[in-house]
Amino acid sequence: MNPSNQHDEKKPFPWHLVFFLGPGLLIYVVFSVYPLLDTLVLSLYNEQQGQTSFIGLQNFITLVTDDTWSQAFWNALGNNFKFFAIHMLVQNPIGLLLAVLLSSPKLRLSGTYRTLIFMPTMLSVVIIGFVWQLLLSPIWGISENFLYSIGLGQYFDAWLGKESSALITLAFISVWQFVGIPMMLIYATLLNIPDDIVDASVVDGANSFQTFWHIKLPLILPTIAMVSILTFVANFNAFELIYAVKGALAGPDFSTDLMGTFFYRTFFGFQLQQGSASMGAAVATLMFLIILMGVMLFLFFIQRRIQRFQF
Amino acid sequence: MFNVRSASLETKTATKTVTKLTCLAAILLSSTGIAQAANGLSIESWRSDDANIWNDVIIPAFNKSHPDTKVNFAPTPPTEYNSALQAKLKAGSAGDLITCRPFDTALDLYKDGYLANLNDLKGLKQFSDVAKSAWVTDDGKDQFCMPVASVIHGFVYNKEIFKELNLSVPKTRDEFFKTLDTIKSESRYIPLAMGTADQWEAATMGFQNIGPNYWEGEKGRKALLSGKEKLTDKAYVDTWKELAQWKPYLGRGFEAQKYSDSQNLFTLGRAAIYPAGSWDIQTFNNQADFEFGAFPPPVAKAGDTCYISDHTDMGIGINASSTNKEAAKVFLNWMASKEFATLYANAVPGFFPLSDHQIDIKDPVAQEFMSWRQQCKSTIRNSYQILSRGTPNLENQLWNVSAQVINGTMTPEAAAKETQDGLEQWYKPQQ
Repeated sequence: MNPSNQHDEKKPFPWHLVFFLGPGLLIYVVFSVYPLLDTLVLSLYNEQQGQTSFIGLQNFITLVTDDTWSQAFWNALGNNFKFFAIHMLVQNPIGLLLAVLLSSPKLRLSGTYRTLIFMPTMLSVVIIGFVWQLLLSPIWGISENFLYSIGLGQYFDAWLGKESSALITLAFISVWQFVGIPMMLIYATLLNIPDDIVDASVVDGANSFQTFWHIKLPLILPTIAMVSILTFVANFNAFELIYAVKGALAGPDFSTDLMGTFFYRTFFGFQLQQGSASMGAAVATLMFLIILMGVMLFLFFIQRRIQRFQF
Repeated sequence: MFNVRSASLETKTATKTVTKLTCLAAILLSSTGIAQAANGLSIESWRSDDANIWNDVIIPAFNKSHPDTKVNFAPTPPTEYNSALQAKLKAGSAGDLITCRPFDTALDLYKDGYLANLNDLKGLKQFSDVAKSAWVTDDGKDQFCMPVASVIHGFVYNKEIFKELNLSVPKTRDEFFKTLDTIKSESRYIPLAMGTADQWEAATMGFQNIGPNYWEGEKGRKALLSGKEKLTDKAYVDTWKELAQWKPYLGRGFEAQKYSDSQNLFTLGRAAIYPAGSWDIQTFNNQADFEFGAFPPPVAKAGDTCYISDHTDMGIGINASSTNKEAAKVFLNWMASKEFATLYANAVPGFFPLSDHQIDIKDPVAQEFMSWRQQCKSTIRNSYQILSRGTPNLENQLWNVSAQVINGTMTPEAAAKETQDGLEQWYKPQQ
């Protein structure tokens, strides 16, 4: 019997794990977990003239039932769903289409296209907002002349200024900026599909559409699902583009107001409106809950049913 | 949009970090502040743009008559001013003199005991009650800041276009719309350079600009505060009705026209008339290569009393815990003098001293704006005192409905009803 052997059997505390996980965990807790919990707690309080008092769920009740608040809240939530729907219906299909085109072996200069399409994603939202405002400006913009030159001039309008079109226009700008991300993710998955599976389908007599529909699409479905959930989370946190283009009052008549801008006005205040930290925290908590619910629905009903393939 | 982290989290974190940085900045700044407080005065301000003017013109002029007092102008950038000042005041390290934002922001500082009471300050006699109204308590008893500067609303016009089309400056509303008609039918110039994309111009340069002529300035503003008048009264509905009439004279696609677009349209000579705030003068002086003039908001009939929005924007007060209050009072009394008024008005054209002195302004357009104070009665924006304290916020509502009235998506009556309903929800005298 060797004493040191006996000692070896009792494993020493894994200090190296603490060493490696600690810094990351610490940063995560301090800058993500703690603020989140603090926000949740703050939303249960009311502060007036520096005095804070516990009021339970009153902030939330006010937010969804009191006319002054609920109108703005439901309007922002509704707009947010529209904003999300446009991304799902336009951004992700286009991303998929671009990825399929890019992965075609016959396409030349695919690297160039990939870079160009991905470029806007890397630019600041403020720049994107500014550039598109200039492009679409009825005063200096080039889009009107462009439309005339292809015979569609009479359809031009001050899209960003009209209640009926402002939100849709902003959603399209956002789609234009971020279409590169679904494209990249799906493109990477497509490249991972082994050639022999595709070859086998060709040998079996499938044409290229059939190959895509029956072979490739099922294999990239998990990626598309992931892209969808990322789109959902990002859209319900969207704020920058609206703020950069329309300001915090999200005009005209709040037609471009999203949860993000509504939160900003509530928390920080605007012009003569004093900000309210507790009410703002309540809005932030609701945003968090909406996103949480969305993600959970996705996990329970979609993620579980997706079949994954390993090559 | 693929920012996966929750915006609420990030914003929250960002706020905390900003607060920490502000505290840090406050501590750093305070050390210099204390050092100077021993042998002079330190001024807190958000006008960092004017630092040169203070250091090279105003303070040397003060030192000519008061050589013993050293004055240090210590500005903070405008967006950080309120929070930085708050942190410094809490830490007891703020400067002796504090530049005051109008109304509630400064009022809260006074209520918290950070600003000294100025009721017995001699210099205050030089200011009218309207000028002082931005910095008194709600009951009108206690004055806590002395007025410094205001901005005036009116219309700026392109003199060359007026000459070309043989137009004269409109004095009445009929003349005003006739002028607009002439510009519209006889030239390719845009009659009125204003857009509704940013919304605030519709309220500030529209509603608050032409409105005082309808609600008779201070009389209407006070009546609204006391609950005697309602926003659904004729005066207010008529103001919105006139705004609705502006629509055909605005540039094409004005719904997406931003503030800077409007400024550019005017300085490029493509628009004839620009609903202005006097602060625009500096921009126009730099950018326009034609002569421009200004006229006050036209009245209903020739000879009617005219009212202008002469909005109090900046005041100055004394830190309640200053160790050098006597010197601070001397400085404030000097700021109430004609000498300061002349210096300031000429250094920053478009910001007008609020004291009653007759002063010479060299900039011709600024002079024109200033001259209206003699012809017309001054008032301030009616949504600024008390009425924007509650929810829904009156100022925000005015932006929204005024922009919609001009866009033609809301009737003047509906605008009046919406704002009045909003006010009635929380403001007792209006209930």
